Amino acid sequence: MTSAQAAPTTHGPGLLERARGSRLLWPLVALVALVLANAVRNPGFVEVRLQDGHLYGSLVDILKNGAPTLLIALGMTLVIATRGIDLSVGAVAAISGAVACTTILGSADPTSPAAALKGIALALVLCLVLGLWNGFLVALLGIQPIIATLVLMTAGRGIAMLVTDGQIITVRNDFFAEIGAGFLLFPISILIALAALAAVALVTRRTALGLLIESVGINPEASRLAGLRSRTIIWTVYVFAALCAGVAGLMISSNVSAADANNAGLWIEMDAILAVVIGGSSLAGGKYSLSGTLVGALIIQTLTTTVYSMGIAPEVTLVFKAVVVIAVCLLQAPKVRERFTRRRRPPATAETTPPTRPRASDATFGTEPVAHDATAPKQKVAQS
Amino acid sequence: MTTTVPTRPDTLPEQSSRRRPVVPGRVLPVVSTFVLFVLLFGVGSVRYEGFTSGQVFANLFIDNAFLIVLAVGMTFVILTGGIDLSVGAVVALSTMVAAATLRAGLPAPVVILLVLAVGTGLGVVMGLVIHHFELQPFIVTLAGMFLARGLCFVIGVESISIKDPFFRALATGTIDLPGGVTITWSVVIALVIVAVAAWVLHRTRFGRTIYAIGGSESSATLMGLPVARVKVMAYAISGLCASIAGLLFSVYMLSGYGLHAVGMELDAIASVVIGGTLLSGGVGYVLGSLLGVLVLGVIQTLISFQGTLSSWWTKIAIGTLLLLFIVMQRLFTRRNA
Repeated sequence: MTSAQAAPTTHGPGLLERARGSRLLWPLVALVALVLANAVRNPGFVEVRLQDGHLYGSLVDILKNGAPTLLIALGMTLVIATRGIDLSVGAVAAISGAVACTTILGSADPTSPAAALKGIALALVLCLVLGLWNGFLVALLGIQPIIATLVLMTAGRGIAMLVTDGQIITVRNDFFAEIGAGFLLFPISILIALAALAAVALVTRRTALGLLIESVGINPEASRLAGLRSRTIIWTVYVFAALCAGVAGLMISSNVSAADANNAGLWIEMDAILAVVIGGSSLAGGKYSLSGTLVGALIIQTLTTTVYSMGIAPEVTLVFKAVVVIAVCLLQAPKVRERFTRRRRPPATAETTPPTRPRASDATFGTEPVAHDATAPKQKVAQS
Repeated sequence: MTTTVPTRPDTLPEQSSRRRPVVPGRVLPVVSTFVLFVLLFGVGSVRYEGFTSGQVFANLFIDNAFLIVLAVGMTFVILTGGIDLSVGAVVALSTMVAAATLRAGLPAPVVILLVLAVGTGLGVVMGLVIHHFELQPFIVTLAGMFLARGLCFVIGVESISIKDPFFRALATGTIDLPGGVTITWSVVIALVIVAVAAWVLHRTRFGRTIYAIGGSESSATLMGLPVARVKVMAYAISGLCASIAGLLFSVYMLSGYGLHAVGMELDAIASVVIGGTLLSGGVGYVLGSLLGVLVLGVIQTLISFQGTLSSWWTKIAIGTLLLLFIVMQRLFTRRNA
């Protein structure tokens, strides 16, 4: 559904044409290529076994370990669609894990499900408050999102350390461990993440909400004048992002049955942003793709797993990530795409991309392609 | 040329008919940062014995020399309306390159040139990608950060100590100032860089172009300013500053390690913001960034003097200050609007 939105639908082009125009094409190709490369090197990579009612295999591991990234990327997608960004998600995840583990440890019976539920509830309520705080700064005070969430990113790890008193807190609670490490045929964590994805897809793409979020991303002021509650929408997406981060934090700490305020969710905000960008959502807002985010998150986790299985030092993953990000970003850059399409089929360009400017003026309007990119959804708003 | 400061406001408010109150408006954030610094230092002097010594003040510079250099580079980029997330990783890469090449037996001057070339080169490449492919600075420098951190680990996963006599001499050598205060050569280097940067920003055509781009990039282009070159240069300067900071950091730590300076880009950004530079670009001073670094340093000193507070309070305090300053900036710009 989302790929259809990204592609120009007006002329009713064939499937191949649509696939070529889709922003999901390259990410998907990259994902398949990654999996294939792994399968060639090590045929066991794609093997999935059923044992004790659990699925085992590298692919299942990718799903399980990618769940927190996917969940956070999901929240991030909506935030980015409103032209924002949330840097604080990693810190929020750390706080969430810290609060849950300390609560469980501090309750009367640390192994009971009741203690786990209490910890989870408390953690999520706190994340709600943190999300409200971010939303307050961005929507009400009008502070730039990068900087508004930078506050919590810096202070958040400090708060998490404060909660755990600088210790790594380990808990033994079977119920709590299920969230991140449990299996219901599939890993429970990925089921939670996919359920959240499906819910968001349903709510935003089957109602007007997605459209409203995109229109706020294109022009908050115009949306407000058109009668949208821009502030409420922006506020809501930050709260949602923080909640996603909270659940992801629970998964991370439950997977290892411990809360590590320093390292839980470290760099996960960067991974999530990468996932969103790889998936074809524009960082300039106004356009998002949930299926793209799913593919993006899977690419990142597959890449990490690939590097692990190749026996390279895990830290070197960062180099691969950098290369992938730059490659995908360049492939998606309006300028590069413009150049590609122009070279390949000159007559078609005039139809699919609205007024191409003469080359000389390219330098003059440095910000133009972003705005011109955003006109497509804007027209849609007007039509509906 | 000679009247740079008064001409600058003309490039700023062209989007609307508003006219800012010229002098106090733009300098006020820097002044308030300075007042905050004095207040914090005053609190320390009242509460703790031995706080009001010249050496404590000098230590602020000694322990934060690399951060000062980093903040200077970041100021250039933020003034153009961009951001550079890669600087912390470039610092780590610089320490790693320096340590590894010194271990391999290269002479110190060659090593220093090599490190500077690596940092500047990375900055130039990021600037070129940002400008010519019109990608967001945020995402490009994020990739740069991953690349630089990853390259550190390609060089080596373990920490490498530096035994070169020149680096050792630089680390242990001190300069005696009157009043029994000693500083290191790093401080001198950092302050020279601040002075040069301030001169470049306020007294050269390049500096004015930086402010103009931050004010409005399309207007700057229409005015015929060399936007492409200056923008790429801003990232190159940030890369250069990051590699100088990396050299200072390797002198400070006497080792190279891929996990050095994790999150230092955030400290640099925080210093710049606390120093009164607007993240939307076009407004700010290098001197403000220096004060911002000093405020962060004083907070750390206060917490270490207190003794009972754990180190994570530093993070919370920095976050709170950051919040205070952006809210203040916000109210301030809104009132002028």
